[in-house]
Amino acid sequence: MLKAYMILSILLFSIGVVGLISRRNIIVIYMSIELLLNAVNLSLIAISADMADSSAQVMSLIIIAIAASEAALFMSLFVVLFRNRASLDANLFDILGNKHA
Amino acid sequence: MRDTLLLGILLLSPLVTASLIFLISLFFKNTKQTIYTLLALAGSGISAAIALYISYHSYFEKQIFSSHLFTWLNIGDFTIEVALKADALSSFMILFVAPVSFLIHIYATGYMSRDKSYGRFFAYFNLFIFFMFLLVLADNPIIMFIGWEGVGLTSYALIGFYFGDIQNTYAGNKAFIVNRVGDFGFLSALMLLFLSIPSGGFGFSNIFLSLAHIEPFTLSLIAFLLFVGAMGKSAQIPLFVWLPDAMAGPTPVSALIHAATMVTAGVYMVARFAPLYNMTPEVSLFIAYIGALSALFAALIATKQYDIKKILAYSTMSQLGFMFMALGVGAYSTALFHMFTHAFFKGLLFMAAGAIIVAFHHKQDIRDLRGIKFPKIFIMMAVASLTITAIPPFSAFFSKDAIMGALYASGHLELFAMAFVSSILTAFYMSRLMVVLFFNKGEQVAKESPKSMFYPMMLLTLLSVFAGLLNVPELFGGDLNFSHWLNLADKIYTIPHAKEWALMAVNTLFIALVIYNTYKKYAYTNAIIVEKNYGWVTNKFYIDEFYNKTVVAAIDKLSHFFEKTVSSFLIDEKINLTALAYLKLGKIVSMTENGNVRFYALYMLLGVVSGFVYLYWMLRSAV
Repeated sequence: MLKAYMILSILLFSIGVVGLISRRNIIVIYMSIELLLNAVNLSLIAISADMADSSAQVMSLIIIAIAASEAALFMSLFVVLFRNRASLDANLFDILGNKHA
Repeated sequence: MRDTLLLGILLLSPLVTASLIFLISLFFKNTKQTIYTLLALAGSGISAAIALYISYHSYFEKQIFSSHLFTWLNIGDFTIEVALKADALSSFMILFVAPVSFLIHIYATGYMSRDKSYGRFFAYFNLFIFFMFLLVLADNPIIMFIGWEGVGLTSYALIGFYFGDIQNTYAGNKAFIVNRVGDFGFLSALMLLFLSIPSGGFGFSNIFLSLAHIEPFTLSLIAFLLFVGAMGKSAQIPLFVWLPDAMAGPTPVSALIHAATMVTAGVYMVARFAPLYNMTPEVSLFIAYIGALSALFAALIATKQYDIKKILAYSTMSQLGFMFMALGVGAYSTALFHMFTHAFFKGLLFMAAGAIIVAFHHKQDIRDLRGIKFPKIFIMMAVASLTITAIPPFSAFFSKDAIMGALYASGHLELFAMAFVSSILTAFYMSRLMVVLFFNKGEQVAKESPKSMFYPMMLLTLLSVFAGLLNVPELFGGDLNFSHWLNLADKIYTIPHAKEWALMAVNTLFIALVIYNTYKKYAYTNAIIVEKNYGWVTNKFYIDEFYNKTVVAAIDKLSHFFEKTVSSFLIDEKINLTALAYLKLGKIVSMTENGNVRFYALYMLLGVVSGFVYLYWMLRSAV
């Protein structure tokens, strides 16, 4: 049973990674990050249930709480970024790179 | 304590005044010349007074002044002390170096009075005296070498004093570089001595005690290398080429440094190492031959020179050759006595030349200066010329005649013949100079020289005349006071009085004949204008050209080779290539830093994946 949960978790994580790298919309990138977080949460809870130890469930609750506050932060970031460039294309935001040096 | 005080003040007063003059001329642009004059004269005057005091006590009471300042190096049981010592030889040196320096200082205040670099001149001049004293008062060859290099340095600075003309700077460079060759010899000799001496101090007395333990070949090598140093400093063949060019400096410099004092340092050094040279007769003989060749060669060139200072420069070289001849046959105190009288009459000749140059608007060619009217200078210059040609009873008669006597008595008649011919040539070029300058029809009348130039010259005239009385040979009822005072390891030559009289008479007769004939040839004629001024002698036997073609060109080629291949190809290019490689690599790596957040996520992914692969591989191998 644990194996199925873990496979699901890995699948979710992989989808998140691919989304993170391949999508250009910053909101979609944010959603991919949430997927990564939740894939990890899922694996934590599954292992916790399997080992009959609830401490990992506490940890995942904390992660969910942090993810919620992170969501608020991201929302404000989106607004600021959109005001700057009138777009949310991640490729536009590269002024830390060397081509502008 | 008294010795330390005396020697310390003697040494430091020129140094302190030199530094003061230097600082003042650096920070206060509009200082009055009087201040420089006072400082310069105070520095050299104080040391001259102390020098006279020291040599008085050395001469009459046989006192030795010594002062140990501090220990410089302490290697095992080998120590190098910074110590000064005024024994008879050193006292003798400062006896003429200090007063002549002082007199030429006074002269220079007149000569340089309208120069805008007045302060700089006296800063160098006083610094020179400091180094000269260090050279003659040193108690070991290391300290002596410091003085030796120091006088070379100040000489370089003063030759290139008028650096507005690049030729003067070249002359300074030439003097410095040619002297480097000699210094290389001196330094190598010191290193060999250092290696050969078993233990104990490096002072002169200790060195002379240990000489017997050194094997003969090393000893000869040391003696020879030391003489190479003397060749450079004292302008002997083959390292003489710098001295004529050194006349580019102001005339007081030529009088003091390139006639009276610095160029005699080589003679002093050989005399100082007299115990060494007594043990190496073959090197001594070599010195005598080099001296004889230099004397003859320089006298020959001087007969065809037209620049008044160049004539005197070659004459200096020729007289130094006489001194080395005497040193070579072991008549050390005779050589030193000639050096003593030479300092006076040659200093005087240069000062007279300087007075003429100043009075006639910096003309130096004797063809332009024919028939000048300058009575006071004429008298003094005539005295100096008669002195240098060894006419009795002037001082150089005694000193030069003693050299001739020693050469004759040593049995090296070829040396005697060369010295005789040089002496005849000396009479010729000096009387040619005098006759052309003063015994011709000319309209040029000079205004009087300033008093500051006149009085020192008068004193030197008196000294040129009477200095010979200090070392009268027994032939004239004297008892060679100087030689007894110096007490060097002389070889004693005795020849019958009749022969000595005959030599003297023949010598003087020939000299008088030459002077008479020169007068007949050049007086009130245009012989000097029409005589041929081309050929080997006029062009100084093309020695400069020869050196330029061989030594200078070879070094030039070598430098170009090193510059092209070693420096630029082997070193520069390889270093640049490395730098270029880093640049390219940096460009490639910096492409990853493109600022795009998705690429950073990719790198993170790659990192995580490789981390997992590594972990997996670890776990696999652990099982």
